[in-house]
Amino acid sequence: MEQKKNILSVKNLSVSFKMYDKGLEQKDLKVISNLNISVQEGEILAIAGSSGSGKSLLASAILGILPNNASVDGIMTYCGMELTEELQKKLRGKEIALVPQSVAYLDPLMHVGSQVVGVRGTLEKMRTAFKRYELSKEVETMYPFQLSGGMARRILLSTAVIGDARLIVADEPTPGLSKEMAKDAMGHLRTLADEGRGIILITHDIDLAFEYADRVAVFYAGTTVETAPVEDFRNGPESLRHPYSKALWEALPQNGFKPIPGTQPYAGSLPEGCLFWPRCPVRTEACMKGEIPSRSLRGGEVCCIHAT
Amino acid sequence: MLLEAKNITFSYTKKKTILDNVSLGIEKGERVALVGPSGCGKSTLSQILAGYMKPDKGEVYFDGKLLPEKGYCPVQLIYQHPEKAINPRWKLGRTLTEAWEPDQELLDDMGIEKEWLTRYPIELSGGEMQRFCIARAMGPDTKFVIADEMTTMLDVITQAQIWELLLHIVDKRNLGMLVVTHNPLLAERICTRVIEFDKM
Repeated sequence: MEQKKNILSVKNLSVSFKMYDKGLEQKDLKVISNLNISVQEGEILAIAGSSGSGKSLLASAILGILPNNASVDGIMTYCGMELTEELQKKLRGKEIALVPQSVAYLDPLMHVGSQVVGVRGTLEKMRTAFKRYELSKEVETMYPFQLSGGMARRILLSTAVIGDARLIVADEPTPGLSKEMAKDAMGHLRTLADEGRGIILITHDIDLAFEYADRVAVFYAGTTVETAPVEDFRNGPESLRHPYSKALWEALPQNGFKPIPGTQPYAGSLPEGCLFWPRCPVRTEACMKGEIPSRSLRGGEVCCIHAT
Repeated sequence: MLLEAKNITFSYTKKKTILDNVSLGIEKGERVALVGPSGCGKSTLSQILAGYMKPDKGEVYFDGKLLPEKGYCPVQLIYQHPEKAINPRWKLGRTLTEAWEPDQELLDDMGIEKEWLTRYPIELSGGEMQRFCIARAMGPDTKFVIADEMTTMLDVITQAQIWELLLHIVDKRNLGMLVVTHNPLLAERICTRVIEFDKM
């Protein structure tokens, strides 16, 4: 079998923000640390994890659109080339496309139709995309504030799929969509992937992701705790490696709806050792100190010393 | 009938009528899920039911009487985006006591930590903010809760946490509930009846 090419790989990524502390003193707040992911040709990598675990920041880091007070460390490679700032500038919007998370990314004073056409699209392509997502012709001349949540979501999807991007980063493309439409959108992303593109799918609708993705990366407090083939998530907790992934699975309405207590630690006051230990059901003394390295286990990657 | 909408018609523009002669009734003790395609008017109907907007035609009755125009509304709405429903310039303690003074018991039930009260909204996560929105809406005169995609933007663990908290209070105080959601599995899990918007 031919080895599939890596489209994007991210190694040991960390992102920190320079912030004012007291008065004129500045401090660095590290929000992403030791993050590793990779996407191959024809693959959908789903990224699941808690709100505020750095999923959207990763998307911004890949496109190079983080705010000025952010600093990025680590190695990102795109098709074998190092993804530098210049390369990001050259590629974004063409080879790397983003499906933004919120309507706030749209220009409030511009008709959405012309925004989807953008600089490089054509009217024809826009109409095909609108048709695909069941957006009627009147929508073209609407302003963002006139859209419902689901309509806005479909507009944002259209902006990314009309080009010929090789890598699509879709940040929460499905909330607000009805089940059928969400499935349709995911099916479309699947087709785009099967044509050889790489897709990073950031989502909270993890049950949907389980149906369409190839691999799933689980984020917690700004780092990857587990990367696993999607079958393991379909199988359930026995096949999963990290206790947090198991907790995610068990919190789904169809799987018991049982939440674990507690909240994710804040950036800036992270616990020592494993970031998950304060909420972990299987923690031991050893979890509370030192760095927990990522290791390969049963065809996946995990950051947990107890995982088997 | 606890909450009843009779022949509601509503349009934002002259061109398109978004709610056309919609009627809906929810009995006491029912938990109803409202599902439907995006853009069909679920949120608009929620806002009308909670008295935020007046319909062009039709009435909303609560417990047999018209929804009050003044004073505390017995029907309270919880939005999808907590960050948009909270004043970003207020500390959360002030937001929490906007409508009433929640007691410690409720704060404990909602899992609201004392130190959060002196923070600004940007210093909390979405799930934590949503707890404030719920607590704020749980005044003693609240008899009915509408949750409009309340947990859509949250991760599944936080979703399950928030629903556990809300259902606990809804049960304890025997409140009526309407849940707007796209997740059929969630609807099945927490509701006693599902209404499809198109078939109303």
